[in-house]
Amino acid sequence: MPQTVIIPTPLRKFTGDTELVEVQGATVGEIFSQLEARYPGIQARLCEESGELRRFINVYVDGEDIRFLDRLQTPVGAQAEISIVPAIAGGCA
Amino acid sequence: MSFVKGLKCRECGAPYPVEPVAICEECFGPLEVDYDYAAIKTQLTREEIASRPKTMWRYRELLPLDGDPAVGLQTGCTPLVRAERLAKALGVGELYIKNDAVQHPTLSFKDRVVAVALSKAREFKFEAVGCASTGNLANSVAANAAAAGFPAYILIPDNLEKSKVLGTQIFGANVVPVQGNYDDVNRLCSEIAGRHRIGFVNVNLRPFYGEGSKTFGYEIAEQLGWQAPDAVVVPMAGGSLITKIYKAFGELAKLGLIEETQTRFYGAQATGCNPIAAAVKAGTRDIRPVKPNTIAKSLAIGNPADGYFATGVITNTGGWSEDVSDAEIIDAIKLLAETEGIFTETAGGTTLAVTKKLIAQGRLTAKDRIVIAITGNGLKTQEALTLEELQSIEPKLSAFESAVGISRAAKAAA
Repeated sequence: MPQTVIIPTPLRKFTGDTELVEVQGATVGEIFSQLEARYPGIQARLCEESGELRRFINVYVDGEDIRFLDRLQTPVGAQAEISIVPAIAGGCA
Repeated sequence: MSFVKGLKCRECGAPYPVEPVAICEECFGPLEVDYDYAAIKTQLTREEIASRPKTMWRYRELLPLDGDPAVGLQTGCTPLVRAERLAKALGVGELYIKNDAVQHPTLSFKDRVVAVALSKAREFKFEAVGCASTGNLANSVAANAAAAGFPAYILIPDNLEKSKVLGTQIFGANVVPVQGNYDDVNRLCSEIAGRHRIGFVNVNLRPFYGEGSKTFGYEIAEQLGWQAPDAVVVPMAGGSLITKIYKAFGELAKLGLIEETQTRFYGAQATGCNPIAAAVKAGTRDIRPVKPNTIAKSLAIGNPADGYFATGVITNTGGWSEDVSDAEIIDAIKLLAETEGIFTETAGGTTLAVTKKLIAQGRLTAKDRIVIAITGNGLKTQEALTLEELQSIEPKLSAFESAVGISRAAKAAA
């Protein structure tokens, strides 16, 4: 059962403009490794050299922010939807 | 003329040229303006500033324009009010209200950021401008765009106070209510800015726009006789203002215009939208987004862009963050009005109510010199208030005396 990753516009240059990518992995970290294997360079945009998720990248598994789950160890169920969303600038006061 | 070296990623430090971009391509961190402080230091003195007109442009070396400002020439230099009656009511000593409820031209601190953003939009040769807004920014972009001759596209959540919508439409702007909350509106603006050449003040012009907020801090220090206060209490929506006041005091110290500061920074939110306060209280810098539900609509940003930096300023300066209920916000609006004659909007009520809470917790004391940031005007959020129903009287002296409870005897005794 593949899962789907939604690639944000600024990262689609890695995926040849593809928005939805099908992957298969048990955790978010595994899915990122698969993305890297298929689209070299993309992982460095998502994670620090230390392997930690970059601060201004938000990743949601079925709508839940993985920072409040188990970060890159967050388990990913069959048919889950993983969205990668850069923390866009916004805000008022 | 300009002391801007370029833009720099606040997260990874990558340099960028001065262009209408807001986000680092490498790491998605926010970009900020990088100045040549050594060069500024040779030119900007207290005397030089004092000799200039009383507007925010008296600090122009610290603002990111190449040439003269084109928009908002009269903005800035709002009163710093010594609030003795309020201090007494709260049981503290030296208390001040920085009153941007009377900012020119649209009665909120947003006039500062828009003055910079639209002046910069002109330098970038944008022909149209816009914003995502919870109301005050909409008013300010619409008014300043009208005065500068820019067409304006203003996107707002569709549940805003009527007076804030009217106060935007009146300037002839294209006002577009969006079904959703501020975070939805903001996301849409980013997409529009990607496709159309519009200078969105808080999207593609954000690095320049945010710098305007620093003048709120410069003015506080100058008005206190070139000193930073012991504590400031600041409302937080996206979390930018508190970080910019912090930056302002730091820059003034770096330039030798004030002593090194020890100011503690306190952030105020409504309980119905408290992602930054919740993170501070939980001892983390990770912001958990919320769905806003509060009368303080100008603070109703559930996913604050500068939340990470705001928590840093608060915790690194020994400050704190609290949140308050809608009822506490309304009580505080009334308290400020009745003690100091200043009518603030719900965001100001939030800030004062949080100040009360911080005093009750012992975090602010009678020994502190405290400044409360009042950033918006109560005339814009009247829908949040319900006051006592008034009864009319006959036009007779006796009717007046019985209605207000003063007797003829009182006058006779005097």
